[in-house]
Amino acid sequence: MSVLLDLDGITKTYPGVKANDDVSFSIEIGEIHALLGENGAGKSTLVKMIYGLARPDAGAMHLGGVAYAPHGPVAARAAGVAMVFQHFSLFEALTVAENIELGMENAPPRRELAQRIREVSAEYGLPLEPDRLIGDLSVGIRQRVEIVRCLLQSPRLLIMDEPTSVLTPQEVEQLFATLTKLRAEGVSILYISHKLDEIRQLCDRATILRGGKVVATCIPAQETARSMAGMMIGQELAQPSVRDFSPGEVLLELEGLSLPAAGQFGVALHGIGFRLRAGEILGIGGVAGNGQDEFLLALSGERRVEPRMIRLAGRPIGGRGPEVRRGAGLLTAPEERLGHAAAPAMTLAENALLTGRRRAGLTQGGFLRSGAIGAFARRIIADFDVRTPGIETLARALSGGNLQKFVIGREVLQAPSVLVVNQPTWGVDAHAAAQIRGALQALADGGAGVIVISQDLDELMEISDTFAVLANGRMSPVRPATGLDIETIGRMMGGAFGAADAEFSHASA
Amino acid sequence: MLRLEPRTSASPLVEAITPVGAVIATMVAGGCLFALLGKNPFEAIHMIFVAPLLDPYSRSEMLIKATPLVLIALGLSFGFRAGVWNIGAEGQYVMGGLAGSAVALAFWNVEGAWLLPLMVLAGMAGGCLWAMIPAVLKVRFNANEILVSLMLVYVAGLFLSAMVSGPLKDPQGFNFPQSRLFHDSARLPVLLEGSRVHVGVLVALAAVVLAQVLLHRHMFGFNVRLLGQAPRAAAFSGVNANRLTVICLALSGSLAGLAGIFEVAGPIGQLQPSLPVGYGFTAIIVAFLGRLSPIGILLAGLVMALTYIGGETAQFALGIPKAAISVFQGMLLFFLLAADLLTRYRIARIRRGVV
Repeated sequence: MSVLLDLDGITKTYPGVKANDDVSFSIEIGEIHALLGENGAGKSTLVKMIYGLARPDAGAMHLGGVAYAPHGPVAARAAGVAMVFQHFSLFEALTVAENIELGMENAPPRRELAQRIREVSAEYGLPLEPDRLIGDLSVGIRQRVEIVRCLLQSPRLLIMDEPTSVLTPQEVEQLFATLTKLRAEGVSILYISHKLDEIRQLCDRATILRGGKVVATCIPAQETARSMAGMMIGQELAQPSVRDFSPGEVLLELEGLSLPAAGQFGVALHGIGFRLRAGEILGIGGVAGNGQDEFLLALSGERRVEPRMIRLAGRPIGGRGPEVRRGAGLLTAPEERLGHAAAPAMTLAENALLTGRRRAGLTQGGFLRSGAIGAFARRIIADFDVRTPGIETLARALSGGNLQKFVIGREVLQAPSVLVVNQPTWGVDAHAAAQIRGALQALADGGAGVIVISQDLDELMEISDTFAVLANGRMSPVRPATGLDIETIGRMMGGAFGAADAEFSHASA
Repeated sequence: MLRLEPRTSASPLVEAITPVGAVIATMVAGGCLFALLGKNPFEAIHMIFVAPLLDPYSRSEMLIKATPLVLIALGLSFGFRAGVWNIGAEGQYVMGGLAGSAVALAFWNVEGAWLLPLMVLAGMAGGCLWAMIPAVLKVRFNANEILVSLMLVYVAGLFLSAMVSGPLKDPQGFNFPQSRLFHDSARLPVLLEGSRVHVGVLVALAAVVLAQVLLHRHMFGFNVRLLGQAPRAAAFSGVNANRLTVICLALSGSLAGLAGIFEVAGPIGQLQPSLPVGYGFTAIIVAFLGRLSPIGILLAGLVMALTYIGGETAQFALGIPKAAISVFQGMLLFFLLAADLLTRYRIARIRRGVV
């Protein structure tokens, strides 16, 4: 086989971060090549350069043996490189044919185009009606439109950015059939994903990025999900800091927590069970989209479950809403700061009231105690070093890190008996992240139970006493964090823990 | 190509003065309209916006017209803040007037101080129950409350016609479609001797104060604002969106019903098929012109009442068509929304090309 695209020493620096550092690999003709890496590993930057949306600072690309330096997507498409983005660029009020025509440099007459859309889409098993309005089509069909738009240009290289994240399992199967057919015709495909099973099933080779560098190239079929997860995460795991961990009585007990998926793309939770004890920090790892959000909603009370599924200090509260749970001492901090954990257009004082009304005593007979609200907000700002002009500042005016400190501080200062946080340091600078972790540890030292959901394994290793993984809506058995090696974590992240294993977890935890 | 880009910060001062700007723009555009109709624009604008303020009778009529507008708009403002779009206040107003009148007519030959409070309660209940139809359909079946409440306006209007032509018709009324005249204990007491100003004006003022407290000093107002601004944060906070939707519709229905029975028991004095004159729709303009804040609504209600009174005078004195006043009110909302858009967004020029 001969090489289609060759990347040699590609480097790209953005202010403050080296997004790609001396990246070299090649894609052969008729190959499905996976580009694998965690969030922020540099996958998108690399792809942008291949598609002409960004220019490398150093390094060279060759396409079909010729020097290739596209100065825009138009040039990339002319050279035979097409891309299907994760977020579609389709007009809902226009038809399939009109949308496709808009994306083409030299579109044939409408009637001819419609005929070609029918032919090409049928040929690749992606049937499309050219006259349907995009607004009436499902997400899966919209993706077909994007793919067919690319195929009409007869590309040599097709780039697909996380294509399955919006698809149902049946649609995934269909997509894979199409990609396999394209490969057989000699089209090369660069397939970006972090779903390890898909890559093993579909891809011929994989290049793994971590921190902007190529850390490995492998043949997925010869690897296991666990070994690839290991390469993706890296071997340099921080050792858990030695804390004086002597667990107290059981505070929170989950038993057979199940929750149906919300909507077509939600993740269902299946039979999650564990016990959280006083003074314990439980770290929950896993790749995004494996049920983390749903797990938090089930614990915050935004989605109700059967009462017995969640017990707080022995009291079944699975059927109660957020206010009752807060009253009982179960507090949460969701991942999305603006719009979920905080109301963007409201002041910090009002956002303090958002969750603090009951435990911080901010209302009396339904009326607001503005003095108490101001005092509580000022205390959060002072204790958690939130940089802001004052309590009348709107939440959306704060930087991500400052708002995160405010949100975490708001919950910590309410003295919860159990606090659940999702991605507490996502997008937060190192200093603020350290402050947040310190606050969570102090809370646990004071006898509370803390659950930290995160995709940052280093962070989890640093602060957790115990560790578990969410995969496909199921939770692995809870293990002590000390002595965990990358091998074990990779195996857990690949979802390799059986039902028997899960049973074992709540019998013994 | 032109595109709207959100401004990074909208000045609060600008937000406060845009309603004034909208009123001025309406005067200018209205003046042009009158000039095209061959009328003296300055005379027309003076007659609509200034003359009524100089005349005591017109001033008292302004209060009478502002009362239903303010009451209805106050109720609507809570729902509008929470993202509950009750467009059918006109129907709730009619059903309130009808329910209250039914009580008055049931006791047409019995007098007593208890009668008026009973009528008021029945009026509020009538409006409230009518608003419960869109509420239940929305919460149960996710039916769009805009469409349901709007369509129910016409049902209410026809129901009123059927009632005044049937069961509630005056037996001695020569078959005219209207009810008996209410006796004195079924009428709202008049405040100012020699005018039609009734105690409903005081109730509307009290409602403004209550609404102000509820909106800014009570958990209910906080939850309403939260739900409208950040629905997911509201769910996280523990706000029950369905319950709040029902309460908002109940509140706006009750206040519209109250306005309805006040109108029947106040200026009119009997049930007539001409009860709906569009207060329920105009109140939507009043609510937005008043920035959904109670004090603003009070001022906006007075301005809107002014255009009604002045418009009538202008019709009479200058022969301006009746529709011109509706056009006027429509322009006011149009300019307000346009000004709002431009304070929150700016127009930017973008080049066509790469996505």
